[in-house]
Amino acid sequence: MTDPLAEIWVYLSASPLAALTLTLVAYQAGLALSRRLGGHPLANPVLIAVALISGLLLVSGTDYAVYFDGAQFVHFLLGPATVALALPLYRQLATVRRSALAIGVSLIAGSLCAILSAVGIAWAMGAGAQTLASLAPKSVTAPVAMGIAEALGGLPSLTAVLVILTGILGAALGPPLLDLLRVRDWRARGFAIGVAAHGIGTARALQVNETAGAFAGLAMGLNAIATAILLPLLWQLFVSL
Amino acid sequence: MLGALTVILCCQLAGEMLVAGTGLPVPGPVVGMVLLFAGLVLRGGIPVALAGVGDALLGHLALLFVPAGVGVVLHIGLLGREGAALSVSLLISTLLTIAVTAGIMRLCLRGDGDGMRQPGEATKPSEAGQ
Repeated sequence: MTDPLAEIWVYLSASPLAALTLTLVAYQAGLALSRRLGGHPLANPVLIAVALISGLLLVSGTDYAVYFDGAQFVHFLLGPATVALALPLYRQLATVRRSALAIGVSLIAGSLCAILSAVGIAWAMGAGAQTLASLAPKSVTAPVAMGIAEALGGLPSLTAVLVILTGILGAALGPPLLDLLRVRDWRARGFAIGVAAHGIGTARALQVNETAGAFAGLAMGLNAIATAILLPLLWQLFVSL
Repeated sequence: MLGALTVILCCQLAGEMLVAGTGLPVPGPVVGMVLLFAGLVLRGGIPVALAGVGDALLGHLALLFVPAGVGVVLHIGLLGREGAALSVSLLISTLLTIAVTAGIMRLCLRGDGDGMRQPGEATKPSEAGQ
């Protein structure tokens, strides 16, 4: 009785259509659910889509490789999207020039803090080298973080999950933390959330205040560059110790 | 639109080739982003078609993470073993990074009240009526 179903499944697995459609449907289900919950930062569309598809793969006993074979067409667009980050960066050019010193100093401090605290805590708690390499770029927007992790010998797919979780944590807990610390300058509030929590934090900052959103987007782009340069150098230092 | 997409892909390809040729420790697309940024500065503006394609890509940025994120199914064992270390590290590191970055930025911007929140201005989207 399940034979015709199994045959259809075998047929669908052979073409990218099923995996592509599944990815789009799951993501839109995630978007709809997130909206239904009033855009609560913990109801993240990516997290919901990943949970839906992962559950389906596990239940149906389908290999990730079979899914990725089709979904790689979506995945490929991460590269061009990274290049396109030059556009928001360019739009912020005037702002960058005005507060260049403050931006440069806080960027380097924030970028180093994100790397060293994440790797330090996980190392002290016994995480292995591959996990540490996957975790180190967790505050950077996913396409860049995955490229850095791969170059360090980490697992890009694990990095993607850690990056998404970091973004959700930063977006949800960042604003109350900044209130607690009495940081009232929108530029500092936005920049801090962008450095720590990349695009997911930026989306949150944009909802609250336009200046905060612009500085968060700027921080996301600059931290991608800063971490891509600083982390491999730091890593060589760790390894040689 | 096709031309704009070609420009973006050319920047990425040039970035990948530079990285492969020079052994730069930076991902190819990041070099591509720097190349495109330099091009925009030289040109002095963003062409309309490029803005359309670029913003469309960035508007659905979150969707593009999904295929890689599903890779979590490959690491369920690892997450079980090292889940505690990863959760504690993510939570503390994220909060510490926000506090340190905001603190230093505030020090550097001291005396220039441009971006100050006005008394009574909302800090949450719900309060801002969105």
